[in-house]
Amino acid sequence: MKRREFLKKSFKLGCSVGAYLAFGDQIKAFAADKKNKGLPFDLVAIKGGEPDIMFNRAIESLGGMKKFVKPNQTVVVKPNIGWDVEPERAGNTHPLLVKQIIKQCMDSGAKDVYVFDHTCDKWSRCYANSGIEAAVKDAGGKIVPGNLEKYYQEVDIPQGKRLTHAKVHELILNSDVFINVPILKSHGGTKLTISMKNLMGVVWDRGFWHRNSLNQCIADYATFRKPDLNVIDAYYVMKKNGPRGVSKADVLKMKSQIISTDMVASDTAAAKLFGMDPADIPYIGFADQLGVGSRDLSGLNIHRIVL
Amino acid sequence: MVSLTLFFAVASLFLDFNFSLPENGYDFVAYLQFIPSLLKFSLFTSLATAGFIFVILFTLMFGRVYCSFLCPLGCLQDIFAYISKKINKKEYLYSLSHLKTRYGLLITVVFIYFSGSIIGLILLDPYSNFGRILTHIAAPVVIGINNALVSALEKINLYSIYPVELKGTNLSPFFFSMTVLGLILWMSFKYGRLYCNTICPVGTFLGFLSRYSLFKIKFNLSACIKCKACERVCKSGCIDLNTQKIDFSRCVACYNCFNVCPVSGIEYQWIFQESKEQAFKDKGKRDFIIQTAAFLLTFPFSAWGVEKQRKFYKKSTVPVVRKTGITPPGSLSLKNFLNKCTACHLCVSICPTRVLQPSFVEYGLLGIMQPRMDYKISFCNYNCVACSRVCPSGAILKQDREEKKLIQLGKVKFIQENCVVYTQRTDCGACAEHCPTKAVRLVLNKKIDKRAPQIDESICVGCGACEFACPTKPHKAIYVENNPVHLKAKKPKEYKITEDVDLKGNFPF
Repeated sequence: MKRREFLKKSFKLGCSVGAYLAFGDQIKAFAADKKNKGLPFDLVAIKGGEPDIMFNRAIESLGGMKKFVKPNQTVVVKPNIGWDVEPERAGNTHPLLVKQIIKQCMDSGAKDVYVFDHTCDKWSRCYANSGIEAAVKDAGGKIVPGNLEKYYQEVDIPQGKRLTHAKVHELILNSDVFINVPILKSHGGTKLTISMKNLMGVVWDRGFWHRNSLNQCIADYATFRKPDLNVIDAYYVMKKNGPRGVSKADVLKMKSQIISTDMVASDTAAAKLFGMDPADIPYIGFADQLGVGSRDLSGLNIHRIVL
Repeated sequence: MVSLTLFFAVASLFLDFNFSLPENGYDFVAYLQFIPSLLKFSLFTSLATAGFIFVILFTLMFGRVYCSFLCPLGCLQDIFAYISKKINKKEYLYSLSHLKTRYGLLITVVFIYFSGSIIGLILLDPYSNFGRILTHIAAPVVIGINNALVSALEKINLYSIYPVELKGTNLSPFFFSMTVLGLILWMSFKYGRLYCNTICPVGTFLGFLSRYSLFKIKFNLSACIKCKACERVCKSGCIDLNTQKIDFSRCVACYNCFNVCPVSGIEYQWIFQESKEQAFKDKGKRDFIIQTAAFLLTFPFSAWGVEKQRKFYKKSTVPVVRKTGITPPGSLSLKNFLNKCTACHLCVSICPTRVLQPSFVEYGLLGIMQPRMDYKISFCNYNCVACSRVCPSGAILKQDREEKKLIQLGKVKFIQENCVVYTQRTDCGACAEHCPTKAVRLVLNKKIDKRAPQIDESICVGCGACEFACPTKPHKAIYVENNPVHLKAKKPKEYKITEDVDLKGNFPF
């Protein structure tokens, strides 16, 4: 058995080295920091409407979805589908928002829109009870499982201080456009979970982050494949007992949304919206140090819409 | 045909990995399975649990119709026997009745049960053996095919069917089921229904009853031409053409004999027509009493419902020590569960999070293969009551969702010496993240200036989400300790949010 295994392993190694040499540049390992992309605003904040309406208004003010999705591109939309709870519990991204984002992508000519999350509760129940599976199918997207290790590939995170490599879902590595759609909520371990924390759902081994300084790992990963767009759902906001929540009594209907290409800026704004001081959230500071984005909102061009 | 229908119905319960079968389907199909129904009836008397009584009535009317029409293991043996007939042109002969073995095993199983252990039924109940064969051999094959199909469809960009995960650390049910399957295969291939007439306690019991049934299969002496066609197809080897007598206690009512008889020389007859059956011979009776007594004197007793100490010992700083396995929600107590569960593994195959796993020695060796909650590989979904809806023997009783959320399977315990917040001064919070009731929450510990886990046992439901989520290796810093009798958790207090939302005003940035 040993010889056969050795041969098998060297063959696989040979193949992967060959493949990397041939196709390596196509693996988007280091996404250029797409600062602004020539957009009219750095951050759009909107409140007072339903999730889909607010998204339409906000994206319009940035120049439309076509600024982010070109015809025939593949898109991966990563909402928060972590928990087996219904939408009113505010544990997962609102399904109407996910549906609207997919519709806009399809209208802009996207070839395929994929949706997934590496959930905490049982994935099939999360996908179903959050309403997101049905929303994705309605909008013509494809919802993909995230709970089998075979979908994840090992990558290096050169700027990471604690997290130096990770297994990342192939959709993140292979898609042309990456849209991050978190929901704003309280979190036991990190105080708040917003855009950067939402990225934890694209890696396989979350336990590693938890036992190796969670806040630093969140910031480290944020230096890797940055989302092309972040849409923070603050329609229903879980104000306490997050990230799972205990009951509807934890939820406040804030009917808001924040959109930006800069995760640090959007997380800072969202923290203030929540009622917390961003300086109290360690990973925002760490990410700023690593150059992921800007904490200084006064230096940004912010568009505020009240419906 | 009837038997095949029920066979596939029972099989589908175990293979339903997408949980698409309706819940009352489970009750309906399992209603007439003898041992589970009997066990459930001993828990609460009602028409809904009286399936076995109907089985007894049928048997007292027509003999062992259960064995050919209702028992899935019987149908499996018939399938093998049919294949054997096609391949080897198998023919049967009148065979020995093995009275000592049959009754010896039956009495032993009954005696063991009343001494406090269900191990006899775990090992010999035909329904449970069938269940385990399906859970550990057939289901993985079906799931493997499903997953292969998923991979194939993904290559052409179709995501309409989902992969299914299989989890499990205990291989003993697999080996046990393979052994049983091998035994059944061999016995049915060569000898037809030998298992049913030597080992199976249900078969023996119903066989005993069928000696007194109102209708029996007998020869129509005036019509029979002694062609031996019936003897050659009798899977129980109970037809003796030389004396033209049928040992009806071994007849499994498969009716092969009716099908081949060219002249209606064999038929059901009202009992008041023929002479008495062979009585249980005195010599046999004496021998088996002596053998049984000798066996029992050497048998190690297990006291009624005593929980045994089992240590889960692993290498590290502070190991997690649990007194015994944790039983599923709805099992009421360790005692009830261990006395009613025959390890058919229907709950194991239906559990969506796969937290229910067959035990090895966590309940003691006499509880081998009875399921337990394995929080190292999964946790109990807060909203789920699947196991309680399918258990046919009353080991897990039906719960409604709101009731189930207050059942306390065990209490959360914290091991500070293992927790990274204390040992490494780092933020973690995985346990508090997952807890559905916030029985563990993070609270600022001023001494270390970090938010550390704080537990409140009164609202803990023992679901194991914290233990599953805890990332420390190799020992967890938080775990669930079993409640030997399940308790009622307090409902977590709800504090309403008093904040106002300003939908018209400015943003705070």
